[in-house]
Amino acid sequence: MSHDVAEIQKHVRLYVTVFAALAAFTVVTVGVSYLHLSTMPAIILALTIATIKGSLVACYFMHLISEKKLIFIVLAVTLLFFVLLLFIPSLTEGEAIFKNLRHVS
Amino acid sequence: MSHSEHQSFWQKYIFSVDHKVIGCQYALTGLVFLFFGFCLMMLMRWQLAFPGEPLPVIGGLFSDTTMPGGVMLPEFYNSLGAMHGTIMVFLGVVPLAVGGFGNYLVPLQIGAPDMAFPKLNAASYWCYFVGGVVMFASFFVPGGAANSGWTSYPPLSDIATMGQTFWLFGMVALITSSLLGSVNFIVTIVHLRARGLSFFRLPFFVWAQFVTSFLLLLAFPPLEVAGVLQLMDRLAGSSFFLPSGLVISGTPLGVSGGGSPLLWQHLFWFLAHPEVYVLILPAIGIVTEIIVNNTRKPLYGYKTMVYSVLFLGFMSFVVWAHHMFMTGMGTTMSNFFQATTMIISIPSVVILTVLILTLWGGSIRFTVPMHFALAFLPMFAIGGLTGLPLGLTASDIPLHDTYYVIGHFHYVVAPGTLLALFGGVYYWYPKVTGRMMNEKLGKIHFWGSFLCLNGIFMPMFIQGLAGVSRRLYMPTVYAHAEAVQGTNVFMSYSAWILGLVQLIFIFNFFRSLKKGKKVESDNPWQATTLEWATPTPPPHGNFLQEPEVYRGPYEYSPPGRTEDFWPQNEEK
Amino acid sequence: MTGMTNSKLGIWLFLASEVMLFGALFSTYILLRTGAESWPHGSSLLNVPLATLNTMILITSSVTMVMAWASLMMNRFGRYRLYMGLTVLLALGFLVVKGFEYGMKLEHHITPATSTFYAIYFTMTGLHGLHVLGGILVNGYFLFPGSRLWKTNPKQFTGRVEAAGLYWHFVDLVWIFLFPVLYLL
Repeated sequence: MSHDVAEIQKHVRLYVTVFAALAAFTVVTVGVSYLHLSTMPAIILALTIATIKGSLVACYFMHLISEKKLIFIVLAVTLLFFVLLLFIPSLTEGEAIFKNLRHVS
Repeated sequence: MSHSEHQSFWQKYIFSVDHKVIGCQYALTGLVFLFFGFCLMMLMRWQLAFPGEPLPVIGGLFSDTTMPGGVMLPEFYNSLGAMHGTIMVFLGVVPLAVGGFGNYLVPLQIGAPDMAFPKLNAASYWCYFVGGVVMFASFFVPGGAANSGWTSYPPLSDIATMGQTFWLFGMVALITSSLLGSVNFIVTIVHLRARGLSFFRLPFFVWAQFVTSFLLLLAFPPLEVAGVLQLMDRLAGSSFFLPSGLVISGTPLGVSGGGSPLLWQHLFWFLAHPEVYVLILPAIGIVTEIIVNNTRKPLYGYKTMVYSVLFLGFMSFVVWAHHMFMTGMGTTMSNFFQATTMIISIPSVVILTVLILTLWGGSIRFTVPMHFALAFLPMFAIGGLTGLPLGLTASDIPLHDTYYVIGHFHYVVAPGTLLALFGGVYYWYPKVTGRMMNEKLGKIHFWGSFLCLNGIFMPMFIQGLAGVSRRLYMPTVYAHAEAVQGTNVFMSYSAWILGLVQLIFIFNFFRSLKKGKKVESDNPWQATTLEWATPTPPPHGNFLQEPEVYRGPYEYSPPGRTEDFWPQNEEK
Repeated sequence: MTGMTNSKLGIWLFLASEVMLFGALFSTYILLRTGAESWPHGSSLLNVPLATLNTMILITSSVTMVMAWASLMMNRFGRYRLYMGLTVLLALGFLVVKGFEYGMKLEHHITPATSTFYAIYFTMTGLHGLHVLGGILVNGYFLFPGSRLWKTNPKQFTGRVEAAGLYWHFVDLVWIFLFPVLYLL
C-alpha cells in the first residue's frame, strides 16, 4: 500500500482519541438533558454537541479533513440546499400561524 | 470485450450492461409510455369535447367501472388525468431524455468506453421498468389508478383508493432509478473524459446532462421522503398530512391529526420544480447540437451557455414555492419566491438568445432534425413567457389552477421538449442504426405535429383567461366554460389528428430499420463531436482506439480549411 | 482525473443525496413541531437509557469500521476480519436493542397512529434502521464472499471497504442527530 505502516498507526491513535471524545460528548448530552433546561437553551446545547460529534465523525472517520476539493464543492452545494429545505417550509407555515394568532387575540 | 460475440440474445439485448443497449431500452420504453400517456389524454379529450356522450366503438371495450355504455365516469376521468401527468413526466420524457439520450450519447461524446458503473446502469433501468409496471398495474386494482392529480395533494390523496398506494410504490421505484442513474452520470462525466477533453471542451449536451444529474440527485430525495410519509399515512395510520378535525362526508376522520397538508406541497415542489429543468435541459442540449451542426458555424456564446445552465440549475432549487402562492404562506415568503422566479427567467432567456444568434449568418441546412430544433425555439419562448404572469403573485391569483397554467407548462414540455426529443431521434438515428429515416415522412410528421400541438395548446390560454378551471370533468355545466366550449371541440380534433400523425413516425421508425437509406460514412451530418468518430453502429467498448481531443466541440467553418468542420479528435 | 476512484466519488454523491433525504425528514420534524399546539418532551415518552446504549454501540461500530479499513492499509487481513466482524455484530446489536424498544411501544398499543410525535419517531428511526440493515448486508458481504477480492486485487478491495465505511459512518452521523432530536429535546 502507498501509506507506510507508521503513518497508519498514527491514524489509529487518532481514531481512538476521537472515539473517547464521542463517548464523552454522549455522556454530556444525556447528562445535560436531566438538568431540564428551558426549551431554547436545551435545543441550542444539544444541537451544538451533536454538531461537534457529527463533525468529528465526518472529519476523521470519513477523512473529510484531507479530502479532495471536488468533494467539498459537492457537499457545500448540498448543505446549502439542505439548510433551505430545513427552514423555508416552516417559515412559510410559521408566518401563517403567526397571523392566525394575531386574528384570534 | 472479446467474448461479446458469444453472448446469448438475453445477455446482449435484455440484461445487457452496455450503455448503448440500456440507452435504447430506456428510449424505447420511454417512447411506448409517451404514446400510452398520450392515449389516456386522447380519451379525456372525448369527454371534454362531447361531455357525457358515449364514445363510439372504442368505448365498448371498457369495463362497467370505467366507462359503462361508453360514457366516462368522473372517477375514471380523474384517474386518466392523474396518470397522464405522472406517465408523461416520470415514465415518458425523463427516461427518454435522460435515460435514453443521456445513456447513449454521454459516454460517446466524452470518448469513454462505457458508463463508470455499467451494472448500476442496468440496475437503474430495471428499477425504472418495475416502477412502470407498478404504475401500469394500478389501472387494474379496485377503485382504479391514482386519481388525485399528478401532484397527489393530501388530504385527498391520503384517503384515496388503492391506486394511490400503487402510485407511491411506483414513485419510490422510479426515484431510486433516477438516483442510481444520476450518480452514474456525474462520475462518468467527471472521471471518464477522453484525454484533452477539458470541461470547457464538452459538447453542450453533456453539460446539460451534468446539471440535470445534479438536479435529480439532490431534488428527488425529498419526494422520496414525501412518498414514504404518505405511505405511512395510508398504511400505518399516521397523520403527517392530515390536520386535526378533518371531516369527510359528515363523519369525522378517526385519526390523531396534527399534520400539515402544506408539508406535502413543500416536499413535492422541492422536487417538482427542478424536475421542470430536468425535462427541459436535455432538450436544450439536443437542440444546441442540432442547431450548431445545421448552421455550420460555431455556437455564438458557448461559455455564456455553460454559465447560464449552471446558474439555472442552482436557482431551480430556490423557486419551488411559486407553485404555492395560493396557500396563504404570507407576503414575505411570497415576495422572496416571486423575486427568485423572476431571476431564474434570465438564464433561460440568455440560452434562447444564444441559440437564436447562432442562426445569424449561418448557412442553414433544412434537414428534418433542424425543422424540429428550429420549432423548439419559439415554442419554448411561448412556454417561458406565459410563465411570467404565473410567477408574479398578483397575476397568479386569478390564473391559478386554470387552463392557462396547463397551456403554459405544456408549451414548455410538449411542443418544447417533445419536438426537441423527436429532433434528437431523427438526428442520431443514423448513428444507432446505420440508416437514415425517411425525410419526406419526417417532414410530414414535423408539420403535422407542429400544427396540431399548437392547435391543442394555444386555445388553452383563451380558456384559462376565460376562467375555466383545470380538472373539470363536465365543463358545460358552468356558464363561463360553456361560452368557450367550441375551443374544446377544436382542441380534441387537433389531439386526435396529432395521434394519427404519430403513426407516421412509428411507421417511419420501424421501416427505416430495414429499408432506410444506408449511411455512406460514420459521420453523415459532418459533425464535430466525438460520437461521430465511432464505427456505425458503435461496437461494445465504443472506440476502436482511445480518442484524443484537440479542440472545442463546435469548430465549424474554421478559416483556412477546405472542409467546413473540424472534428474534436482530428489532430490536424 | 481527480485523483479519486470512481467508487469514492460515487459514494460521496450518494451520501449527498442521503443528506437531502434526511434533510427532508428533519424539515418535516421542524415544520410539524413548530406548527403543533404542544409537543411532548422526548425523554418523558421514550427510553433514554436504551437509546444511549444504542448511541454507544453505533459509535463503537464506527471505530471498528475505520479500524477494519486501517488494518487493510497495514496489510493485516486477519485483523480486518476481526474488526469487520465486530462492526457487523455491533450493528446487529443496535437492531436488537431497537427491536426491544419498538416491542415495548407496540405492547402498549403505541403506533404511528397514536400521535404526530410517535409518527415521526417511528418513521425516522425506521428509515434509519433500514439504513443500518443495508449497512449490515454490505459489510457482511465484504466480510465473507466479497473478501475474496483481497487475494486478487487488494487495492480495489481496500477502496471498496473504504466506500462501505463512508456509508457506515454516515449512518452513525445521522443517528448522532436523531438521538438528541427525538429522545432528549
